[in-house]
Amino acid sequence: MEKHSISVWFFIGTLLATYGVLILGSGIYGLFVPPDHTVAMSYLHIDIWWGSGMLLFGAVYVVRFRPKRKNL
Amino acid sequence: MTLACFLQAANARLSLSPVDLVIIVLYFALVLGLGVYLRRFTTTAEEFFMAGREMTMWIAGLSFISANLGSLEMMGYAAATYQYGILVAHAYWIGAIPAILFLALVMLPFYYICKTHSVPGYLKLRFGEGARSLSAISFAVMTILMSGINMYSMAIIMKVILGWNIHFSIWVSSLTVAIYVMAGGLLSAIFNEVLQFFLIWIGCLVVPVVGLIETGGWNGMVHRIQTNFPGQDFLHMWSTTGTFSGNPMGAHWTGILFGWGLAISFGYWTTDFLVVQRVMAAKDLRSAQLGTIIGAFFKMIVPLIVIVPGLLALAVLPYHLVPESQGGLPNAHTFNEALPLMLARYCGPGLLGLGVTALVAGFMSGMAGNVTAFTTVWTYDIYKPLIFKDASDAHYVSMGRWCSLLGVFVSIGTAYLVMNFSSIIVYAQVIFVFFIVPMFGTVILGMLWKRTTPAAGFWGLLAGILTSFALWLWVKLDPTALSYVAFSGYAKDMSENMYRAMWSLIANVVVTVAVSLVTKPKPDHELKGLVYGMTDLPSDGAFPIFQRPITWAAAVAVAFVALNILFW
Repeated sequence: MEKHSISVWFFIGTLLATYGVLILGSGIYGLFVPPDHTVAMSYLHIDIWWGSGMLLFGAVYVVRFRPKRKNL
Repeated sequence: MTLACFLQAANARLSLSPVDLVIIVLYFALVLGLGVYLRRFTTTAEEFFMAGREMTMWIAGLSFISANLGSLEMMGYAAATYQYGILVAHAYWIGAIPAILFLALVMLPFYYICKTHSVPGYLKLRFGEGARSLSAISFAVMTILMSGINMYSMAIIMKVILGWNIHFSIWVSSLTVAIYVMAGGLLSAIFNEVLQFFLIWIGCLVVPVVGLIETGGWNGMVHRIQTNFPGQDFLHMWSTTGTFSGNPMGAHWTGILFGWGLAISFGYWTTDFLVVQRVMAAKDLRSAQLGTIIGAFFKMIVPLIVIVPGLLALAVLPYHLVPESQGGLPNAHTFNEALPLMLARYCGPGLLGLGVTALVAGFMSGMAGNVTAFTTVWTYDIYKPLIFKDASDAHYVSMGRWCSLLGVFVSIGTAYLVMNFSSIIVYAQVIFVFFIVPMFGTVILGMLWKRTTPAAGFWGLLAGILTSFALWLWVKLDPTALSYVAFSGYAKDMSENMYRAMWSLIANVVVTVAVSLVTKPKPDHELKGLVYGMTDLPSDGAFPIFQRPITWAAAVAVAFVALNILFW
């Protein structure tokens, strides 16, 4: 895969980190403004935990596999 | 226009929040962007159809398993788990692991050394044009029919969770697949499959994690199932299979072991080009083998996101799901809705979008797998040898791109066939048994027995296909025939498939051996690189023990045995 300038892992990290921010943000927002439709086990606030995990995981991949600037 | 329709349809249902929509739209945007980005790297036929044969073991392995993580894996098996219990996990263990390890250690070296582009391509080298054409045409038909399953499953998800129009759902996702596969071929499909692998796992893992917390762990879940369904055993894999009537599936251990574990499993995992194509695109043989073993490991733990949600549905849903045939009743939910209903139960704003994205990703990866395999087999094994032999490389690439689009359109037309069967997975296995199971007998005899002749390759394959079809038709026309085909009138659809697969394989092997004994084999020099004993197989002796495929295959095998004992 060396010839592709952007690694597939970088794409994955970017998407997961973005999703992590959205889900974490949604979870925190839900603490203050509870959604109309509550789900089972909502007291666990699983969205906050899940979003944080995805953000962390995605960020690691983004940093580890970010496109390298080529030497001229 | 597509995006506008997408948003309009989504807003028709209150349960979707804006953040869910953003998550879903972002996914579609990235998938399309990847396809466009990768188009520049797929200008030759080798790059378009085989991804340049430069995949690392991790990419090949995750793509190998992701192509299989389509609608069958997620919705179909969760539905079947609600119907038959944990017995369905055999699809992941006895019905997969031995065959995947066999592919990695025994069959891949032959596929790889002869540098074929496809499994029918191997049959051409080993048996000639007749066996290749028969297998290629039957595979192409099967693949397109299987795509219909993905379409139907996805539309069900959209209907249940989002309230989307069934036709709208089919067209949006299938056109997305068509665009990215047309643009980047197998390379684009593989990249997207790796991305989809992560989404599927992260999106679906929410259900077992929160569900097991709700039930108070595994024991709590078992207790609830026993309370909800008294007198029925949904929780043992082998101990209830001594008789046909002792388990919800109506299965006997002989059918599971020889029908599912041997005929169906080895047929699918070792000769279905949909999955084999992914590891054939690896950069070298050892990467292909290790990638396959990585796939085996992840296959072994997929029950966590598919079987456990099915069991949790048995434990926590306040109503009972019904077969597809009763789905029209007021307030009735069908078996096929088990997984979507569990997602809707636990996932609030954001997580629901992620869960829906995971399911859509699963459908798209399964469909892209079918489309790329169909495209390669059509171009290399039907179009090139039978229709237009000496075209330029660019012509075949162009054919591949248009064929991707055609494959998607034909798939759309087959989606509605699925509705005639009680469970999605049953439909899939009917098709598998027709076409894939006999192919395994032909390929394995060709690889391991040099006496197998070209005529035997063709007639054995045809005998297997016809036997399977004839047995299926016999039971359809006369249901009492089930007692002969599956040894018991108690056998349910899945159990019948296991025995039909076994008969199909037996017919294939008997005819292949018989015809081989009375016809002329190929001379030895034509079998080099194709047959065991006539091929120089590379040794792993130079590598440290922890870098050898056999070591990791042994580790997976030990875990496989332990899991079967644990859930005996």
